Amino acid sequence: MSSTRAAPAPPSRRPAPERGRPGAHDRRLTWRNRLYRFDMRYMPYLMIAPFFLLFIVFGLFPLLFNAVVSLRNYRLDDPTLPYWAGFENFSRLVADEDFWNALYNTFGIFLLSTVPQLLLALLVASLLNRQLRAQTWWRVGVLLPYVTPIVASTMVFSVFFSRDFGMANWVLGLLGIGGADDPIDWRADKLHAWIAIATMVNWKWIGYNALLYLAAMQSIPRDVYEAAAIDGAGQWKQLWRITVPMIQPVVLFTVILSTIGGLQLFTEPMLFDPNAQAATGGPNGEWQTIAQLIYKVGWKDLNLGYAAAMSWALFLIILVVAGVNYLLTNRLSGGRK
Amino acid sequence: MTALASRPSAPPARRKRRAMARAPQETPAGLWTYLLLAVSMLFAAFPLYWMFVIATSNDEALAKLPPAIVPGDRFLTNVDEVFSLQDVYFAASLVNSVIVSTVVTASVLFFCSLAGFAFAKLRFKGSNALMLFVVLTLTVPNQLGIVALYIVMGKLGWNGTLLAVIAPGLVTAFGVFYMRQFIVNTVPDELVESARVDGATTMRVYGTIVLPAIRPALAVLGLLTFVATWNDFQWPLITLSGTDFPTSMVAVSDLASGNYVIYRRVLAGAFIATIPLLLMLFIGGRQIVRGIMEGAVKS
Repeated sequence: MSSTRAAPAPPSRRPAPERGRPGAHDRRLTWRNRLYRFDMRYMPYLMIAPFFLLFIVFGLFPLLFNAVVSLRNYRLDDPTLPYWAGFENFSRLVADEDFWNALYNTFGIFLLSTVPQLLLALLVASLLNRQLRAQTWWRVGVLLPYVTPIVASTMVFSVFFSRDFGMANWVLGLLGIGGADDPIDWRADKLHAWIAIATMVNWKWIGYNALLYLAAMQSIPRDVYEAAAIDGAGQWKQLWRITVPMIQPVVLFTVILSTIGGLQLFTEPMLFDPNAQAATGGPNGEWQTIAQLIYKVGWKDLNLGYAAAMSWALFLIILVVAGVNYLLTNRLSGGRK
Repeated sequence: MTALASRPSAPPARRKRRAMARAPQETPAGLWTYLLLAVSMLFAAFPLYWMFVIATSNDEALAKLPPAIVPGDRFLTNVDEVFSLQDVYFAASLVNSVIVSTVVTASVLFFCSLAGFAFAKLRFKGSNALMLFVVLTLTVPNQLGIVALYIVMGKLGWNGTLLAVIAPGLVTAFGVFYMRQFIVNTVPDELVESARVDGATTMRVYGTIVLPAIRPALAVLGLLTFVATWNDFQWPLITLSGTDFPTSMVAVSDLASGNYVIYRRVLAGAFIATIPLLLMLFIGGRQIVRGIMEGAVKS
């Protein structure tokens, strides 16, 4: 917050050389006065109004209206049902195997993507945190995945992870895993599908997170490192004992960000499926996430009421998980006040 | 960044002895650092390169081992096929994406810088509380209201039109927040005050003092907004799929639907839809990097 703000200048301080002639100029002055007062008092509100208007109409209202819809029978294909459904949608949710399966998948993919993603980002950041030649180009380079549309990269990875001629199986075959005789079918079971999808998520976000960490690393005062060097701490030890605790606020921030993003994962699981339009996430829902299930229930089964109930459930889950992650990370990265 | 580069480096003999005492950011990178960074770059760039390889190949390139690794000569053929597919509207989708991204970006820049200026330099009742509200909205995943948003758009009659994709993005909380931070730090209070004394209106101050000072921030916010809008998929899919007005992301996903997917077409389409963003990274990479890093320190 800025402590000193421009004080409004009283209008009388404006030079008024024509004061000699009263009458017409008095009227003009009051008109100007009024304009000035309006400008001072109400203009700021006008300037911030677009954000608030837009947020209320397209952000806040839908979020609240979602609660109403979740208590209603809202089927696009059957408007004859009674208006209110009570808690029917929610009681159905609790017993819905698809929902629990999607929740399980979402968490599985989330764990496989968040943990390696943030650790690798930390490593890339510590590589970038040196005096480098062509420094800007290295930084721009790690952002290649960040600007690539997820739709486009998912298509590429989809081919990478094909069973018979996929790049992933070929490379693993060279390492003696799977191989041409016994290739891994990445879409046949949960774990392999999760790994494939988590790989896409990791690829996309490592560079972005690395830059966030790098920014924080560069603001660590250098005498902290000097003290550590005198104590005889090596580079690796410095990274974990000094750098990570010092950038802890940013680590927390990225954990929250990837929680919010990870639990809403949609595009990757959608397009990993050769039959994407069905939104089932594999023949038996092997990798169907909650966001994907919401899409299927709402726009394929045309049951918006039930989809709204699922959205609320997801909202609560995100709140809880973000909270738990916050506490966990706070502990692990040695949060001291 | 520049401060680091201009700092004189220690003479070689001292460098080795004192390596441990230096902060990492002041230690010159060694061979291993460059090597590991090069490997990271390879991982970052390879999927993009390979997208191009398949986009230029025939169907056989995807059915052989070891996998194809050199671009073919069929790029134009594949592109031509993508553009002539009937139900995909690929050419129209590129135009739509340009329209949506440009309108959203221009609007975000204008409204967010106005609001940011108001929060940073103007006095009005409740400004602190309102700013706090803006920051709080940053944490609300608005994707969760997507069902109700669809119903709202239906009531407005906007579903299936570009308006449904454009309207929700016209002003963003992040943009307001980012602009406010930048203006607080770069526009001197005295300058605003003296313009006031001269009788300048708020909008005049915005046009003559604020706008010229925040050009770098406009570049950063503009690039980030354009990239995010161009890449958006879930909401455009919900509101636009099945219409004649898809965005390019929806069109690419349409290329991959159906019983028999021809991947050289899909990846040719995907590659074309990626080119504008690669160009932006190439031209404005420095700004994008700065935007992300500044955001990190301030949040």
